[in-house]
Amino acid sequence: MTGPAAVALPTVPPRTETNTTAVLLPAPSYPVEKTSLANGLRVVLAPDRTAPVVAVAVHYDVGFRSEPEGRTGFAHLFEHLMFQGSENVGKAEHAKYVQAAGGIFNGSTHPDHTDYYELLPSGGLERALFLEADRMRAPRITRENLDNQIAVVQEEIRVNVLNRPYGGFPWITLPPVAFDTFPNAHNGYGDFHELEAASLDDAADFFDKYYAPGNAVLTVVGDFDVDDALRLVHRYFDDIPARPVPVRPSFAEPVRAEERRSVLTDPLAPRPALAVGYRVPDPLADLPTFLAYDVLTHVLSAGDASRLERRLVQKDRSVIGVSTYLGTFGDPFDQRDPLLLTLEARHPAESTPDAVLAAVDEELDRVATDGLQPGELARIQARIASGLLREADDALGRALALATFELHRGRPELINELPAVVGAVTAESVRAAAAGLRSQGRSVLELRAGAAS
Amino acid sequence: MSAATIGKASGDAPGAGASPSVIPPVATTVAAELPTVAERTLPGGLRVLVVRRTTVPLVEVRLRIPFTGLGAAHQARGELLAETLFTGTQLRDRVELATVVQSLGGALSTWVDADRLAIVGSALATNLVPLLDLIAEVLTGATYPSGEFAGERDRLVEEATIAHSQPALIAREGLLRRLYGDHPYGSETPVPDVVSQVTEADVRTLHAARVSPVGAVLTLVGDVEPQAALERVEAVLGDWRGTAADAVPPLPALRTGPVVIINRPGAVQTNIRIGGPAVDRHHPAYAAQRLASTIFGGYFSSRLVSNIREDKGYTYSPRSSLDYPVAGSRFTVTADVATDVTGPALLEIFYELGRMALLPVSDEELDAARQYAIGTLALSTATGVGLASTLSALAGAGIGVGYLHDHPAALAKVTARDVLEISAQVFAPTRLVTVLVGDAEKIAAEVGAITEIAPEVVAPGTVTTAADKATASEAAAT
Repeated sequence: MTGPAAVALPTVPPRTETNTTAVLLPAPSYPVEKTSLANGLRVVLAPDRTAPVVAVAVHYDVGFRSEPEGRTGFAHLFEHLMFQGSENVGKAEHAKYVQAAGGIFNGSTHPDHTDYYELLPSGGLERALFLEADRMRAPRITRENLDNQIAVVQEEIRVNVLNRPYGGFPWITLPPVAFDTFPNAHNGYGDFHELEAASLDDAADFFDKYYAPGNAVLTVVGDFDVDDALRLVHRYFDDIPARPVPVRPSFAEPVRAEERRSVLTDPLAPRPALAVGYRVPDPLADLPTFLAYDVLTHVLSAGDASRLERRLVQKDRSVIGVSTYLGTFGDPFDQRDPLLLTLEARHPAESTPDAVLAAVDEELDRVATDGLQPGELARIQARIASGLLREADDALGRALALATFELHRGRPELINELPAVVGAVTAESVRAAAAGLRSQGRSVLELRAGAAS
Repeated sequence: MSAATIGKASGDAPGAGASPSVIPPVATTVAAELPTVAERTLPGGLRVLVVRRTTVPLVEVRLRIPFTGLGAAHQARGELLAETLFTGTQLRDRVELATVVQSLGGALSTWVDADRLAIVGSALATNLVPLLDLIAEVLTGATYPSGEFAGERDRLVEEATIAHSQPALIAREGLLRRLYGDHPYGSETPVPDVVSQVTEADVRTLHAARVSPVGAVLTLVGDVEPQAALERVEAVLGDWRGTAADAVPPLPALRTGPVVIINRPGAVQTNIRIGGPAVDRHHPAYAAQRLASTIFGGYFSSRLVSNIREDKGYTYSPRSSLDYPVAGSRFTVTADVATDVTGPALLEIFYELGRMALLPVSDEELDAARQYAIGTLALSTATGVGLASTLSALAGAGIGVGYLHDHPAALAKVTARDVLEISAQVFAPTRLVTVLVGDAEKIAAEVGAITEIAPEVVAPGTVTTAADKATASEAAAT
């Protein structure tokens, strides 16, 4: 050891943090330009000449909350179908054209949107725009390809849910405890029988209704000249006819006052688990208040210094691991209201869910009553800011963030402003967030271990 | 087959002046300049690489320390060492260490495998100095406090129990054990019973012996001044000393043999794993092997995906991959398929492997794979995270930054004949071993119809090597 040996650090007596001054956090300053085409397509361009790569993303403002009853899993199945060919692109050719340009691609289906994206060496920009425009104009879906992709999606569900312990826990199994309406409560992966019932007419209806250019955002990030890129965007997207844009329904549900509990047995799980869902404020209505809940998830479970790591893992030893996060898939910014703060823990057979819950309540009460410790807010803000910078350093990560900010708020430039908003979160608002979790009726899902040894 | 073009736009055929219907060609991408690497080797043997990258005010840290050891006990001790490395030093306890890391805008994680111990993380670039100080404090002064150790060990036992219930892990462990037996590469995840035997004294002893600068590489990429960073590393780690890790023992010779079925009654899928030896990064056929694997199953446009996913719908994400551990490289095929198509899926995989081994790939396939390999190398080094991880992995194999230019040049020269030659050597089904995890009662008959299967179906965690197979059979018979 090169430093001094065995020096006791001075201990600071705990006191409530009263500092309300905003912390100055490093923020990016990516140039962001916006336009829209005559057909309603919104276009976000963020040039960055520092690396010879380009990201192209198309976000459609429809996710699995919008799929019709009787067709669970359809939004995701349709995402698969969008890779099966279009007017000028044959089956399997989308992948070939992107990958033979040195690029990668994928698509993903979320509660409120579906995205399609490519990341390529910058010489592939025009090709990626062509491919996205071609399938926005008209995907080409055959009965054979539909049947093929139903089978592929069923294998996706088997590998991620049915054939493994903790499959779909809790993203599929907690929503029916937390919510009452079909859009919020149903399984976004879908029921096998409903997937098998999907028809070409269903696909045509879904495309017509939700994949209008006015319901989409095109985002281009990376190594290009803005005028050149804009010329290409017009060239490929201008002639896609405008179609009516669906009015997005409200998916609002009241926040319950009383707790609701449910139990499931996972026949493959060797240890029990617990998931708790709490409602959080509408992220679009009040971003600073929402961000206090994001900070709270870090206070609770980010790293060995967090409250629940110390209490449940280090002191009580009542859990094997614990995490808390916002949104169905852990991205606080890709979902509209209503959404959950989820606490997830796997625990040894010896510890009971009630004991874990009681300790969680105590820790939330401690935050709600005593507020944060000195330095606790500042270090978490520093960590969140550096995480945002790291995600945005990747052209694709930047494109996905810009796109959801445009889709939900019409403000892609939020990517540059977010660190300042995080820096302005106060200890008082985090305290209030903890109190907000305690004052509502939480949703508790216990997973019993069906394969306990 | 009737093709229904959906969407209202389909009725209006694009007329003259409408959007072009020809796939645009790909423009030439000017490759990024080779990063400048500042380098220094400290007296204790630690190699330090620093790259200045100013596009984001962060610094990425990758430290890899050779960590080979023999036996399940070493493996379990290594896991516990990695899990408890940051639970205390003479200066700070676990919570204080975590508090410091977070206040630097940082995150650090530690992991271990059969070749190395790694510390991976990042922080705001302005905090490089305190981050290095903290890492040095842990490397040279971790205390493994008793109060933390027992809890972490018990927790790791539970984590190992959960890990060994995952079919993907059961399958991977099964394949590695089948390929490598008792060699350190024969397992990646320790079993609970062995973890529970580890004491804090074991871990302290292991730290003293193996957390050593000899052969270690520290890579820093970010908005930092390289010479100042090298000075700071030398200031805090210049006195660090240790002994060399054991050399990795040579891999056992490949023993081919019948398909092994690990029984998982009631499984709705079969996890197919096929593997065998591959050539390493220094071999003349390395670039050709990379393209061969890409064409076979290394990307979505591959033959494997086209066949068993996009044509037949047997599986969601079939793939092949190449791994380059120190003692010898490995080719692996992975596919999780519906139980009732296990036989047909295996038949198609063997067919595609055989086709690679016997027949040349087309020029179109070769060029697509080539562009993909060149392009994705550029993509993977376009971020601080990717550049740091790439340079660290290369340095671990004794390869410098010049690879970022040399490898694309080597890829550009690969011919279809090169691909056929290496495929005949690496992909031939007769030189690969196969492990299946699934419902033996449902799959054994149809798998047995196309290939020989091992006489005894085994339970998870009990795959034996071909070498001790005879003994196992005798035991099963008695």
